[in-house]
Amino acid sequence: MTDHALMQQILAFRAKPENQSPHGNFLGLEVLDIERGKGVVRIPYNAALAGNATTGVLHGGVITTVLDAACGISVITALAQRAPIATLDLRIDYLKPATPGQPVTAAGHCYKVTRNICFVRALAYHLDPEDPIANCTATFMLTGAQSAETGKSESAR
Amino acid sequence: MSIVELVRRARESNDFGALAAGIPYMKALDMHVHEAAGCLTVELRAAALHTGNPWLPALHGGVIGGLLETAAIVQLAHDQDGDSLPKPINVTIDYLRSGRIETTWARAQVTKHGRRVANVQASCWQGDAEKPIATLVGHFLMS
Repeated sequence: MTDHALMQQILAFRAKPENQSPHGNFLGLEVLDIERGKGVVRIPYNAALAGNATTGVLHGGVITTVLDAACGISVITALAQRAPIATLDLRIDYLKPATPGQPVTAAGHCYKVTRNICFVRALAYHLDPEDPIANCTATFMLTGAQSAETGKSESAR
Repeated sequence: MSIVELVRRARESNDFGALAAGIPYMKALDMHVHEAAGCLTVELRAAALHTGNPWLPALHGGVIGGLLETAAIVQLAHDQDGDSLPKPINVTIDYLRSGRIETTWARAQVTKHGRRVANVQASCWQGDAEKPIATLVGHFLMS
């Protein structure tokens, strides 16, 4: 269920130009939903980002980007306080081609936070998470000097 | 021109830079293919719009992934016997160093070229090829 207070906090932070990701803006990435340890983002379809001009199917790099963003925001919402993070690795299974013309949604879940590492999974889909485009598992590193404590029970599935 | 025809022409003329015409994402992100002795290098020209983290600033992890995947696809298109554009099945990307907002290079090597599936490794770097900022291993469908 949406954590409205946390979502307002994230949206207010992202509204400031100095906090915005130029590549996120380039793709038209927007935050749809936030709860503790979870984040849902979406990008519109853009034919200029296709990986194949004949089919119009979005390039894998676009799917990677939206999944990375969903994972990153899930980690941020899992942490009790703001801390710098960096993607360590990302594994993506491409389950079916994205349908040309349709926006792509990615829902991430940071299901485990440790002193240094956050473990995340994410799913990309159009409308129905039961009919996914791609599945992702990722790990993120907390790059700050101090580790962050979390609401563990809330972020564990 | 269809993508299959583009791949066929690229192979005939050994001009794999021409593939960019069939891959809009390459143009959108300013990627260019260079060929030397059968080995392709993809150049991602520096641009502010590649920035993910605005404070460092650093290249977006998705852009790095997209560059590595593109390097794998064009190398496979080069090495294959057919004229199809390979499709990714899965990829694993390891991020080794933060990427600065500068020109980044990527190169892929086909580890195993099966009839339907290929296994590819790729890496990308800035300045020093001995210091990759990220590596990829992935499977691609060749039909």
